[in-house]
Amino acid sequence: MSAVATAAGYEVVIGLEVHAQLSTRTKMFCGCSTTFGAPPNTQTCPVCQGMPGTLPVINRRAIEFGTRTALAFDCTVNASCRFARKHYYYPDMPKNFQISQYEEPLAEHGGLEIDVAGGGVRRIGIQRLHLEEDVGKLVHEGTLETAPSSLVDYNRAGVPLMETVSQPELSSPEEAAAYLRAFRAVLVYLGVCDGNMEEGSLRCDANISLRRRGATELGTKVEIKNLNSFRNVQRALEFEVIRQAAALDAGERIVQETRLWDADRGYTRSMRSKEFAHDYRYFPEPDLVPLELDLAFVERARAALPELPRAGRRRFVEQYALRGAEAATLTGSRALAEYYEATVGAGAGPRPAANWILSELLRVVPGDDEQAVRDSPVSPAHLAGLIRLIDDGTISGKIAKSVFDKMAASREDAATIVGREGLTQVADSGALALVIDQVLAADPKLLADWKSGKTAAENAIVGQVMKATQGKANPALVRDLLKEKLSKT
Amino acid sequence: MISRADVDHVARLARLTLSDAEAERMREQLAAILAYINKLRELDVEGVEPTSHAVPLVNVFREDEVQPSLPREAMIANAPEPAGELFRVPRIIED
Repeated sequence: MSAVATAAGYEVVIGLEVHAQLSTRTKMFCGCSTTFGAPPNTQTCPVCQGMPGTLPVINRRAIEFGTRTALAFDCTVNASCRFARKHYYYPDMPKNFQISQYEEPLAEHGGLEIDVAGGGVRRIGIQRLHLEEDVGKLVHEGTLETAPSSLVDYNRAGVPLMETVSQPELSSPEEAAAYLRAFRAVLVYLGVCDGNMEEGSLRCDANISLRRRGATELGTKVEIKNLNSFRNVQRALEFEVIRQAAALDAGERIVQETRLWDADRGYTRSMRSKEFAHDYRYFPEPDLVPLELDLAFVERARAALPELPRAGRRRFVEQYALRGAEAATLTGSRALAEYYEATVGAGAGPRPAANWILSELLRVVPGDDEQAVRDSPVSPAHLAGLIRLIDDGTISGKIAKSVFDKMAASREDAATIVGREGLTQVADSGALALVIDQVLAADPKLLADWKSGKTAAENAIVGQVMKATQGKANPALVRDLLKEKLSKT
Repeated sequence: MISRADVDHVARLARLTLSDAEAERMREQLAAILAYINKLRELDVEGVEPTSHAVPLVNVFREDEVQPSLPREAMIANAPEPAGELFRVPRIIED
């Protein structure tokens, strides 16, 4: 769709604000559990409900997670930072203010590399990274338009949230989606966020404006909220590019506003601006003392950083001689990268291991779901075992695929299934010669073609022998037997 | 000096509806409070670092360990209008 804007002579400028729930056990400022899906309002206490006289205390792990992420994004971790109160009256905030960071965020000035169309790489700047608390969840009775009232579940209120703001440097909806994918992969690698967009662990707002190609000043920006999947980020931005380009073409002015993406209807619509008066009256949170993160703390966090997706991708290409795209898929999630290396570690060749994971495992396990990969019905050791049976000629590649499906269904290892079902490749030349004779006797034309030296005929015979043995014949042996037979006639 | 428009603005942000008489009373009280605070401006703070805290403490943390939450019944008991497991609030208009 950016093609539409390009054709119309516009340049697209996008910045993303990503909110990630940190995978801490407890909330940002109190000991309430953060477990997702608990019955409504069972994970609240006087602190996160903002009762008078209560005091918040900072969760050490949230600061560690924030620092770890900041370093992974190549940010400068500020030596001192503090929290601030952001005031707004809305029932999702029991305190009527949100504890956030304003003038002194945890970290600033970083960047994230993304893949762009045509195989290139771009570094997208990250302005700032700060920590805050999440808000409660509103449930509407009936439809929003007709609901007589709203209902609130405060379990989520106070859950640690990390907000990361990119520079307005993304130049298409595709790049925005690529940024979000790369962003999510880093967070999941770091183990600081589960990356589950459906459950709202990762949420995204976008700022987008258009300007005439070559113009130096930015156009009026519009903020889009409620982008809860990679697909929706791209769709909403594509819609907005078209909407803004059409408005500009018609000589209209773009109104600076907040718009809500309606995924069901596929459009953005204006949110009433008076409900979101941006007058937050920030001031330093008096109940929390400042943070002074010394060099030792930051360096400890840096030393504990795992290998990140892009570095892992480069290493996979070099170490295992994989193609870039294969390495990118395998390092798309930390669990999948670990799965691959465990399979190779269990004795499988790097090439067949990659082939089996990319073509078969990812059919039965969603690769971007860390937990699903860790719980894969076919373990790395079992996959390596299957590959070993192919390597040593016990089963054919064709049979191996059906063995794999059975392994996925039963969680058994390959040898158990092969042994029980008698799937061992027929490598008995006497038995195979007999089958070959039967095939040739049943088809005189095939016999004649083969004798006249047609390769296609030989292939057809091998095919029929495989069929007659339900795939268990060793095809190489069948070919040898045929050659031998031909030389005798 | 605080104006009636200032009072109306702050009242709207706080979702408060004030009668004319109330708004005028608030204006007078807020004006008195601000006048009192303004006395601080008489101090010479040349060369004094701005601070947000009077206590010389930094890095006060708690460990990430779960503590019991308040029972839901106890929490909901404070709601002006409970709705089963949830808090009921006036309808939120977004569009």
